[in-house]
Amino acid sequence: MSSVGTPMLRKEDPKLLTGEGKYVDDIQVAGQLWMGMVRSPYAHATINSVDASAAAEAPGVHAVYTATDLLGMGLWIGPLPCAWPVTPDMVNPPHFPVADGEVHHVGEIVAVVLADDRYRAADAAELVVVDYEPLPVVASVADAVADASMVHSSLESNKAYHWPLIPDPDALEAAFANATHHVDASFVQQRMIPSAMEPRGVLAVPSPHGGDITLYSATQVPHILKVMVAATTGIPESKIRVIAPAVGGGFGAKLNVNPDELLAVTLANKLGRPVRWTETRSEAAFSTHQGRGQNQRIELAADGDGKLLGVRVHLDADMGAYMMLITPGVPLLGSFLYTGVYAVPAFGFTCDGWFTNLTPTDAYRGAGRPEASYAIERAMDILASKVGIGPDEIRRRNYLAGGEHFENLDVPSTLTFDSGHYGPSLDRALELAGYGDLRAEQQARRDGGSTKQLGIGMCTYVEICGLAPSRALGGLGYGAGGWEHATVRMLPTGKVEVVSGSTPHGQGHETSWSQIVADKLGVDPADVEVLHSDTAISPLGLDTYGSRSLAVGGVAIANACDKVVEKAKLIAAHSMEASADDMEFDGGMFSVAGSPDKAMAIQEIAFGAFTAHDLPDGMEPNLQEQTTWDPPNFAFPFGTHVAVVEIDEDTGNVELQNYIAVDDCGVQVNPMIVAGQVHGGIAQGVGQALWEGANYDEDGNCTNPSFMDYLVPSPTEMPNFTLDFTVTPSTSNPLGVKGVGEAGTIGSAAAVINAVCDGLSPYGVTDIEMPATPQRVWRAIQDGKGGAS
Amino acid sequence: MEVQVTVNGQSHSADCEPRTLLVHFIREQLGLTGTNIGCDTSSCGACTVHIDGESVKSCTMFAAQARGADITTIEGLAADDGTLHPMQQAFMECHGLQCGYCTPGMVMAATSLLSENPSPTETEVREGLEGNLCRCTGYHNIVKSVLAAAGGES
Amino acid sequence: MIPASFEYVEAASADAAIAALTEHGDEAKLLAGGHSLIPLMRFRLATPGVLVDIGRLDDLSYINDGGDHIAIGALTRHRALETSDMLAAEAPLLRHVASQVGDPQVRHRGTLGGSLAHGDPASDLPAALLAMGGSVVAKGPGGERVITADDFFTGFLETALGEDELLTEIRIPKAGGAGWSYQKFNRRAQDWAIVGAAVQLGANPGVALVNMGPAPMRAGGVEAAIASGSSAADAAAVAAAGTEPPVDLNGDEAYRAHLARVLVERGLIEAQT
Repeated sequence: MSSVGTPMLRKEDPKLLTGEGKYVDDIQVAGQLWMGMVRSPYAHATINSVDASAAAEAPGVHAVYTATDLLGMGLWIGPLPCAWPVTPDMVNPPHFPVADGEVHHVGEIVAVVLADDRYRAADAAELVVVDYEPLPVVASVADAVADASMVHSSLESNKAYHWPLIPDPDALEAAFANATHHVDASFVQQRMIPSAMEPRGVLAVPSPHGGDITLYSATQVPHILKVMVAATTGIPESKIRVIAPAVGGGFGAKLNVNPDELLAVTLANKLGRPVRWTETRSEAAFSTHQGRGQNQRIELAADGDGKLLGVRVHLDADMGAYMMLITPGVPLLGSFLYTGVYAVPAFGFTCDGWFTNLTPTDAYRGAGRPEASYAIERAMDILASKVGIGPDEIRRRNYLAGGEHFENLDVPSTLTFDSGHYGPSLDRALELAGYGDLRAEQQARRDGGSTKQLGIGMCTYVEICGLAPSRALGGLGYGAGGWEHATVRMLPTGKVEVVSGSTPHGQGHETSWSQIVADKLGVDPADVEVLHSDTAISPLGLDTYGSRSLAVGGVAIANACDKVVEKAKLIAAHSMEASADDMEFDGGMFSVAGSPDKAMAIQEIAFGAFTAHDLPDGMEPNLQEQTTWDPPNFAFPFGTHVAVVEIDEDTGNVELQNYIAVDDCGVQVNPMIVAGQVHGGIAQGVGQALWEGANYDEDGNCTNPSFMDYLVPSPTEMPNFTLDFTVTPSTSNPLGVKGVGEAGTIGSAAAVINAVCDGLSPYGVTDIEMPATPQRVWRAIQDGKGGAS
Repeated sequence: MEVQVTVNGQSHSADCEPRTLLVHFIREQLGLTGTNIGCDTSSCGACTVHIDGESVKSCTMFAAQARGADITTIEGLAADDGTLHPMQQAFMECHGLQCGYCTPGMVMAATSLLSENPSPTETEVREGLEGNLCRCTGYHNIVKSVLAAAGGES
Repeated sequence: MIPASFEYVEAASADAAIAALTEHGDEAKLLAGGHSLIPLMRFRLATPGVLVDIGRLDDLSYINDGGDHIAIGALTRHRALETSDMLAAEAPLLRHVASQVGDPQVRHRGTLGGSLAHGDPASDLPAALLAMGGSVVAKGPGGERVITADDFFTGFLETALGEDELLTEIRIPKAGGAGWSYQKFNRRAQDWAIVGAAVQLGANPGVALVNMGPAPMRAGGVEAAIASGSSAADAAAVAAAGTEPPVDLNGDEAYRAHLARVLVERGLIEAQT
């Protein structure tokens, strides 16, 4: 019986449900010191002096370090890493864990207190007196573009880079010259505070005599972190062990290399004592990178029927104060998707990256792709209204391959989409939504003068998963590959141990990987143990982000299983005195073709491989294989989402009444987990559309850093979701899988804002900035009414 | 100051500062780390425990206020033989958790809800969990889990 | 976030609490449920030197029939209010408003007296007290005094309570079947109101607003308009008169003024039906 495709309950759950799961902050070690961060209250200032004397004498304080102290101690051989210099001339000001001489965003670390516990660390941090000389603040991309003052005093411009992707400039020019309809729309992708429920935390445990150091971190990327810690501190990579224990959500926010991690490692190493820190929620707005932060301009050229002729896009992307691990590359991850699911003859994209005196940006669920999907899907609705057709019709007229099934299709943004079948996804979503009835009800409400307007919005998205073919990353200037590693070993007792280079933080890898292995080896999923997230156990890996785990890591595991079976087959043939070519393998049993009475279980063979008493000549003992899978192409999941909102004209309140998602992530390993990923993704995209957004004042202060003011959606705002799936296998890997971690987020913001704008169309409203707060919506209605009268 | 509490049926006594928050007392003094901390504004509910049978946010209480109280944490829900509490079982069967970080608080809030309202509607479940935030599930399967635990249709 | 250190004093009685307040003066703060104070202390926006814990004064937790009014002990928790049969019959507005405070965990710990004494204009319960024409009993070294709701809320997080006074009881005139409504507008259920409106009709109609000024406040113009027989819409039109709403991410003055009119009108209509 096949395990893949069944909703197997998660192996991870019992320990997480009983409090047994150990997150970083749960791990207590003797002799530990707590870091307390002294953070800048200014977005941009010169540090005249730091007086730590009172803090140093406070009870329970071990030491206080300023940048001068730390640099003098020679703890770092280089600044914090940026692994993605997107252009050769990209500007990348040095970024050290503690600001030296000048601070560049509110919350930047100015000094570090080490104390016996977190209470005394907090007390002492308040006692450090810093004399600042405020400097002019660049508090937005608009400020940055004006270039009136510099984010770093050392800069000559706030522009970090210019990145173009214009495959055929002449064709693009011609497309717009020949267009009947021209859409020119600008959108703001507000800054998002990722808000994984587990705050980030770190614990560095040295072994002063052995010279090793173990770094526990709430990270998505233990392997990358290990390399980067070595590269920035000079501690030999072989001496560093990074463990990501239970990790409470990531959403991109935990795929960085952070000042606190490097401080903990180096101070622990220097002092010979464990050093730790856990961010508080309100601190996270400064200590953890934010997402999005782009000003988008998208232009569509279309003929009289609304058929797209060209798409032209420009982004001004907010880097924040520094380049973190992949800060500059995030907007480019979306660059290839601004033509969406549509046949577009001509395409052009440019992006300018700008520094601001704000918390650095970096990956957040979807990383570049939700932004792209939002822009093209919003613009398509605007085009539909210009052409005078419905939002469903404008999409049908433009789908790649006419909405029919396709494989390996080149698109103008220079990629080759693995497979797609967009028409049925839209059909099914509209059917589930009861689209015709909804439109009738909408009209009835309008005719009846209701103050509760109905809005219906849709979005057909495509995204890029399976990051990534290493060559493609090389072409984009990324500093690493995109492969994934796996080891599968059968133990003498017949159990299976899988070592995975991907690093889960809620996705249920232990379960899904067990299902893959169970089918491949014909064993019980319960007999499969998945090891991960510890560089001493899983030395090779490139971790979890960009919906890559299944399409890259899962495929590596499947391939390793195939190699195990190949070797086992040779042993089986040897044992049964048959030709390997005559061996059949099914349900964990090897048998000889035509002799059904002769059979051996793979567990028996595993034991035989362990004893090595009777192996074929020259064969190595043990049944263990490893593989590294470097995908030949990305995978391109897609789907159609429909949002139904009710808008209270009197208050501006938007209530999400219904949400329908029809997704296609190729072959599904565990449909229960797939649905869960979609649910959560939808909620995050809806959050961006309606509730969330880091707000900054003109001095660069975040005015809503806490969960009281930064509105993560709560249970009462979310409806039940209606989900369905189509299955279009990927051609990029042998499992036919695509990836689903980000899909919900990529489809949902556009669907919701399209719904809001649809509902507000009687007032002449054509766009509303995210988040569509009640005040914004109410004001848009007032402006619309004013314009109409 | 000395704080004596009964946690999951066992009496504990430990010394702490008056300002020690109950959640830190439970996690660090008593070593029961199942109760998590997700925010600093009483917003997220990750730290929810039961005090004398009612859900409270243990980040918004001093340990001193809990002296003598009967506290139940997530570690106290499953039976001694390891059998999961029906709410824990429902969360597992309905995929009501992903990263698991909000889960202890969510489960404690949910069991408190059912003790006050054994047969809630979907809306009542959502309102009953309004003080608990989850970033992974979109709440869909959490609501389903609680309804299932209540014996209703899921 | 970690509160600053303080001295902890547990009061064994109301008189002991008053004695502790008298001894420590403005250094001291009362701690009841703690759900208004502890969040401020975690951000060190409040750093009292002494906390006088009155949380165990069980004799201040009650809901009693006082003849023409309901007498509620100051330490009565929101949960007790929202489940009280007596309030359902005699003061349904208060019962309902209590059910709208924060979230279940907050309501299990938070107390009526603590919420009122905090004097937060964004808080729900002060508006109920005002709309219902309630009063509070303050006990100090010199004995007890009764303060009407109108006199109680004096400014932003300020009340008429003296430094050495303890709020012991809340008195709510029986509503006598008067129509009522509470309209709370927020973005998430657990959040504070962006604007709220508490309405109770009857012989002495009361309309109070949440988060429309530095202190919890009545909408006096609306009350006068109702008394003179105005329609809900006409009465609501003056809802924002004399208010000084705060400006934040959720709303500026104009939007809040508009919301006040909308919510008061909805409240009046609901209370009338």
